[in-house]
Amino acid sequence: MSYEAVIGLEVHVELLTRSKMFCRCSAEFGAPPNSRVCPVCLGMPGVLPVINKRAVEFVIMTGLALNCRISDYSKLDRKNYFYPDLPKNYQISQYDLPIALDGLLEIELDGAKKRVGITRVHIEEDTGKNLHPEGASYSQVDFNRCGVPLMEIVSEPDMRSPQEAYEYLQKLKAILEYLEVSDCNMEEGSLRAEANVSLRPAGSSEYGTKAEIKNVNSFKGVQKALEYEIDRQSQMLSSGGTVVQETRMWDEERGITATMRSKEAAHDYRYFPEPDLVPVVVDEPWVEEMRKRLPELPGARRVRFVEQYGIPDYDAGVLTASKAVADYYEQCVRSGAEPKGASNWVMGDLQFQLRETGTDIAACKVSPENLAAMLKLIADDTISGKIAKTVFKEMFMTGKAPAEIVREHGLQQITDEGEVGEIIDRIIRENPEPVESYRRGKTNAIAFLVGQVMRATKGKANPQLVNKMLEKKLS
Amino acid sequence: MAKQDTHSGSRDPSALTAHELHDIMQRGEVKCTELVRAVFARIERFDARVKAFLCLFRETALEQAERVDEKLARGEEIGPLEGIPVALKDILCTLEGETTCASRILKGFRAPYEATVVEKLRRAGAIFVGKTNLDEFAMGSSTENSAFQVTANPWDLTCVPGGSSGGSAAAVAADETILALGSDTGGSIRQPATLCGIVGLKPTYGRISRYGLLAFASSLDQIGPMTKDVEDAALLMNVMSGQDPRDSTSVNLPVPDFTSALTQDLPGIRLGVPQEYFGEGIDDAVRESVENAIDIMRQSGAEIVQLSLPHTEYAIPVYYIVASAEASANLARYDGVRYGFRAADADDVISMYEKTRRHGFGSEVKRRIMLGTYALSSGYYDAYYLKAQKVRTLFRKDFEEAFARCDAVIAPTSPTPAFRIGEKTDDSLKMYLSDVFTISANLAGLTAISVPCGYSREGLPIGVQIMAKPFDELTVLRIAGAYERNRGFALRKPPLDGEGTE
Repeated sequence: MSYEAVIGLEVHVELLTRSKMFCRCSAEFGAPPNSRVCPVCLGMPGVLPVINKRAVEFVIMTGLALNCRISDYSKLDRKNYFYPDLPKNYQISQYDLPIALDGLLEIELDGAKKRVGITRVHIEEDTGKNLHPEGASYSQVDFNRCGVPLMEIVSEPDMRSPQEAYEYLQKLKAILEYLEVSDCNMEEGSLRAEANVSLRPAGSSEYGTKAEIKNVNSFKGVQKALEYEIDRQSQMLSSGGTVVQETRMWDEERGITATMRSKEAAHDYRYFPEPDLVPVVVDEPWVEEMRKRLPELPGARRVRFVEQYGIPDYDAGVLTASKAVADYYEQCVRSGAEPKGASNWVMGDLQFQLRETGTDIAACKVSPENLAAMLKLIADDTISGKIAKTVFKEMFMTGKAPAEIVREHGLQQITDEGEVGEIIDRIIRENPEPVESYRRGKTNAIAFLVGQVMRATKGKANPQLVNKMLEKKLS
Repeated sequence: MAKQDTHSGSRDPSALTAHELHDIMQRGEVKCTELVRAVFARIERFDARVKAFLCLFRETALEQAERVDEKLARGEEIGPLEGIPVALKDILCTLEGETTCASRILKGFRAPYEATVVEKLRRAGAIFVGKTNLDEFAMGSSTENSAFQVTANPWDLTCVPGGSSGGSAAAVAADETILALGSDTGGSIRQPATLCGIVGLKPTYGRISRYGLLAFASSLDQIGPMTKDVEDAALLMNVMSGQDPRDSTSVNLPVPDFTSALTQDLPGIRLGVPQEYFGEGIDDAVRESVENAIDIMRQSGAEIVQLSLPHTEYAIPVYYIVASAEASANLARYDGVRYGFRAADADDVISMYEKTRRHGFGSEVKRRIMLGTYALSSGYYDAYYLKAQKVRTLFRKDFEEAFARCDAVIAPTSPTPAFRIGEKTDDSLKMYLSDVFTISANLAGLTAISVPCGYSREGLPIGVQIMAKPFDELTVLRIAGAYERNRGFALRKPPLDGEGTE
């Protein structure tokens, strides 16, 4: 029997607020353990939480960007469970009245568009981190992340393949980056994805039993884990077995999912409304204010790039998938670069160098202005496209301006007819055989001669000029 | 019957009220150091028997007093609470001393920060005497649930002082302090105030910041004054009230001068008398004293309205579900991981939790954690917690309807005077019934005060309770003040050393 996969995703993102969710501690990543803590986030006796308004605004903005309805009344709840990284032994979260709900996100796969429903977007606080020093008989807890605002985005089970899940995550990440509500850094744990997947006979409308997959550290990992899990469940069902509802851990190294030691099994979180906080009331003017604060989102920017810069839709899609890349491109064009040329370079050599060197575009030494300047040097025949590749590489390594590099290495194109003519005359003298065969009608012998001229000028001669003059002199 | 109490006759400053002391200190008749020494002398003399205090801040208190004296010597004005000794219920975080909530699980715990009210009082120049005993985590009505000691009622050392703020009530009654702070979740200020013959005010939920108050039931807890007279309660309210950015449930309302209500009599005031508060189970002496008090209020100009609060009988079950549910989460943080007691012989984190909590908490606390956990559990939530919250709105409605017909509701504070130590410890339900008249004010979010209104045949104090609309402390204080002025009998002092009555 053939099965259809039903996939839903839960994404947690740490919000880029300056302070934590319920206290004034810095929410910044990467400080020595337990240096970003106070009585409130440590759950000391007698402390009270105070909501970070900005975090709520980030959730409203995200909700709007995901086409959600914003609740005019929502509340926070206590989710009760004991764990050492959770100092109050309850997490302040949202249970039945989240801030945003009923949205949708459009994804695109092989040119086909598909809408994935967003069930809800809610706010909660992050936990600390348990550390287990090797060989020690004790564990330690770092509470720096404890209390950092965390937004949970839950999708409907609308995806049907691991590829769709991957596209959903890419699309969602792009939106969050555009909104600047999270840095979406999976390595630092500021974006975490959990997938649930079930199978059903193709054509059926009922859901099968789902497994939840945790511990996935990359979008590709989500895709691989889902592929594995779909395969596992399908084999199980085909051989007459049943799928157990459980939480499974993705083991990246072994490429398998395995049953997690189930603290989740029949866990009763005993949610109840958080009495230390007042309800979150979001009135219409506030929603409108947040709507006005929404930046241009990836979809709209893609359309605008096509219209405004006349580049192909494909280019616009690639460029706008990352806000940083789109910003870079746009800055480059604004600095006078020809749009299609800029697109080629940003998608081509720039991305290649970034990937090769593992550099983030934010740390790229080539400023968009310098890239534009380089494109100008090509356009006005100062350098050839070939030389430009060398120039760009040096720009990428040193951050120097292209003109400076061209000057330093004497890479300026030779366009003077007298100078080029002298070299051509010498090459003709030194290569009687190819000259002869060209004159006998083997016209492609000219390529060799052009190559010789270019070599003699270390590639600096203008190739079109060389061609033209050679033809003339040989005829 | 009423005799003049002798130690105020001999001008022992510890017997006076804060406003009296302020005046005589300002006039130079008593030094602040004399006052503080007098208070500590009382503690030395009586606290071995009363056992009101868990810890004392003698040295810092005396240092502070010296600074007040220097200021007075320079002829400077001092604030209303400056130099006045205040005892703090050991449920408030202080930088000095331990903060234990009378629980083994917090033995040795030193708070890294100070409660907002403590900070406000310190800035107002109040002098902290020490921290007082309570039922563990404020769960109880007799202070017998303290893990450390049983506080005695100064009026009869074989009786309880009430609870949970029993240490604060006993300390004020025994003149071991001038003022005290308590906290009231279901009557924990008013009931011990009554049993110890002092004034106790539960402010409206949201009037005073709870930041730094160890949470028992977050939606009910409120800090309030325990004093020798109504004016002192108003003075403490002036300092403690107001919105706190650290407490989202504190309310942004202007803070009036609470003493401004104290000079008016009661014409134009309608007082509601709910029939449900005068039924079965109420002690005859209590009924008689409260009815006398109502009569005096009538003579002071008030109009009396009979009314009904039909849901009163559900107060106790609703309270024990809501308060215990919140407590089960609030007390989850005491797990031995970061502070306080940790069981030594644990094998892993789960057994550390279990052993720490088994040995760290007393039996009443464990009973309520279990009760609350049960009420919140899947499958029971709707039947218990949700139902209780719905009934809670009915109390509010009862009182809204009542306050459409009157300005305040008058009732007994406690159905009986102080009971004997050990009398109710084996019967939780009987103990819970001690709060039957005080719980509604917490559930409905009202403000209420208890004022002494008489004595039982055994000479134990009795109090009358005045409840008013949310944030209408002025009315409560006005009625209490008028009653106090026109009461018609002098307050006695407890017979601690043969002085006072008996």
